[in-house]
Amino acid sequence: MATLEINDLHVSVDAEGGPREILRGVDLTVKQGETHAIMGPNGSGKSTLAYSLAGHPKYTVTGGTVTLDGEDVLAMSVDERARAGVFLAMQYPVEVPGVSVSNFLRTSATAIRGEAPKLRTWVKEVKEAMERLHIDPSFAERNVNEGFSGGEKKRHEILQLELLKPAIAILDETDSGLDVDALRVVSEGVNRVREAGQVGTLLITHYTRILRYIKPDHVHVFAAGRIAESGGPELADKLEEEGYEEYVKGGASE
Amino acid sequence: MAETIPAGSTTDGVIQVGQPTDARVSAPASYDVADFPVPHGREEDWRFTPLERLRGLHDGTAVADGGVKVEVAAPAGVTVETVGRDDARLGKAGKPVDRVAAQAYSSFEKASVVSVPKETVLTEPVRIAVHGEGGTAFGHQVIEIGAFAEAVVVIDHTGDATVAANVEYLIGDGAKLTVVSVQDWDDTAVHVGQHTALVGRDATFKSVVVTFGGDLVRLHPRVVYGAPGGEAELYGLYFTDNGQHQEHRLFIDHDTPHCRSNVAYKGALQGAEAHAVWIGDVLIRAAAEGTDTYELNRNLVLTDGARVDSVPNLEIETGEIVGAGHASATGRFEDEQLFYLMARGIPADEARRLVVRGFFAELVQQIGLPELEERLIAKIEAELEASVG
Ligand SMILES: Nc1ncnc2c1ncn2[C@@H]1O[C@H](COP(=O)(O)OP(=O)(O)OP(=O)(O)O)[C@@H](O)[C@H]1O
Ligand SMILES: [Mg+2]
Repeated sequence: MATLEINDLHVSVDAEGGPREILRGVDLTVKQGETHAIMGPNGSGKSTLAYSLAGHPKYTVTGGTVTLDGEDVLAMSVDERARAGVFLAMQYPVEVPGVSVSNFLRTSATAIRGEAPKLRTWVKEVKEAMERLHIDPSFAERNVNEGFSGGEKKRHEILQLELLKPAIAILDETDSGLDVDALRVVSEGVNRVREAGQVGTLLITHYTRILRYIKPDHVHVFAAGRIAESGGPELADKLEEEGYEEYVKGGASE
Repeated sequence: MAETIPAGSTTDGVIQVGQPTDARVSAPASYDVADFPVPHGREEDWRFTPLERLRGLHDGTAVADGGVKVEVAAPAGVTVETVGRDDARLGKAGKPVDRVAAQAYSSFEKASVVSVPKETVLTEPVRIAVHGEGGTAFGHQVIEIGAFAEAVVVIDHTGDATVAANVEYLIGDGAKLTVVSVQDWDDTAVHVGQHTALVGRDATFKSVVVTFGGDLVRLHPRVVYGAPGGEAELYGLYFTDNGQHQEHRLFIDHDTPHCRSNVAYKGALQGAEAHAVWIGDVLIRAAAEGTDTYELNRNLVLTDGARVDSVPNLEIETGEIVGAGHASATGRFEDEQLFYLMARGIPADEARRLVVRGFFAELVQQIGLPELEERLIAKIEAELEASVG
């Protein structure tokens, strides 16, 4: 039973005037099968949390611990974290010229699964996953994210989620930039993975809209680099009505 | 890899109309080294080259001492000759255009001439192995393909040497020549040369220049057309490592109507002080109506500290052309790309391989020589292997 435990996590970035603390003591436990929504205003540190968990070199952990089933995640390199089961669907997926989607997916699946998937079943698996996400087959031969629209990039992220089947899925604003149809398609993808019951999901979002499609078990309000309040799905309804006003007052990350 | 944001490098392109011909060359072409002043490094055609690493090839102090072995293996029907300086076939493709090329032309004692008789279609390549044994040498090579003959010539450069050598390709009417020149030198070698092709009527010249090795390699592939209908395809692939200077200076002289040229050079750079220079000069003279030309240079900078200078230059003196274009871009393998691939479980060295393989794949396919394809891919992998970290 996979469990991600974040304890008193402090993270800084290099800013012009020296290091700047963005995360100021984050505590959170995500268990397999659970879905946690993390909601917060722009600049509150949501992406910082996501990137820090994935190991992006820009972020320096200055305190606290992160473990996955007791293993020290912070001691792992980026690729080790991914192989240990941490998956980050990025808010802004990166273009990788020269590398085709099909080559990328296969290389990634080989790394994550520890062996090359059998070609025949793999081709079928990818084809079906792409169909479900309404991704045109021609994308397989395009370079990773190159010239993809915002919505296409997000669907490509969820395609990877479906194929890589992580233990912990961190979805950083997967809903932003999607129209209603795309949001539904993407949410269905996330839900298929969730329904298998093998994944703990950290759904980072600014808006409550996606929560109509993906029902969280827990909702956390993120403000000024830490979790300001936690509750059940009803907390999302409160945010829908009142916004982040209450949390931002006097508490922005400055 | 955002295109055209080279760090520590320049990438600029110029389209000029009606400029003086061959403006980049600082002295008129000549067979005689005395006609060229010793370069001091600020001349347009020398400004990228570290003269102090030329071991005297540019200032007359380099002394030939042999130590470079040349072996030619040719299929039946091909004539291989060693000739003296006065052989009429020498110097026909064109004069040397810089001091080192002229030094080579003024200094070689014997030249090698490989001739494929007219209408002979070779099924096996001619192989020329140039192996350096630590010496200094001046050389001259002529490869002559008779009318309607077809040949593939592979020139391999290995070992350690200081070499100034010119190559001439004389391609008869309707003939097809493919030349692969591989600079797989030890990392101590210095190699400077001018490769001039004279393309006959309706003839096809395909050149593949592959530079991996050497401390300093500076090649000057040039194409001139003897008659209409000629076609030149110039491909290049380089992998510039730590401390290496690899310079390719192309010149295509469209002085004849209805000829075509297509240039595609790609290079990857890795390691501190790696320096690649690519100059692509294409001149379409007033007489060259119906010209169709395109040139492309792409560079992939894998690590900090590498430097690329990529300068395409197209001069057009007639509007009556089919097409003319150029593109140059230097991209960096960004930390963000590395992070993205690693976040999908792919280890750093494999991520780098994936990107480099992808970068070269299209060009390798375009070259269309299956035998070379495998060798190139293996070599690229080895280069990556050797210089990772
Ligand atoms: N290099 C940096 N220098 C200074 N500040 C930075 C740097 N990188 C990030 N920050 C700041 O860190 C804070 C948190 O950024 P982060 O991207 O984590 O916010 P977010 O909650 O994901 O916002 P959004 O909803 O807009 O995606 C922001 O105020 C941002 O400006
Ligand atoms: Mg964000």
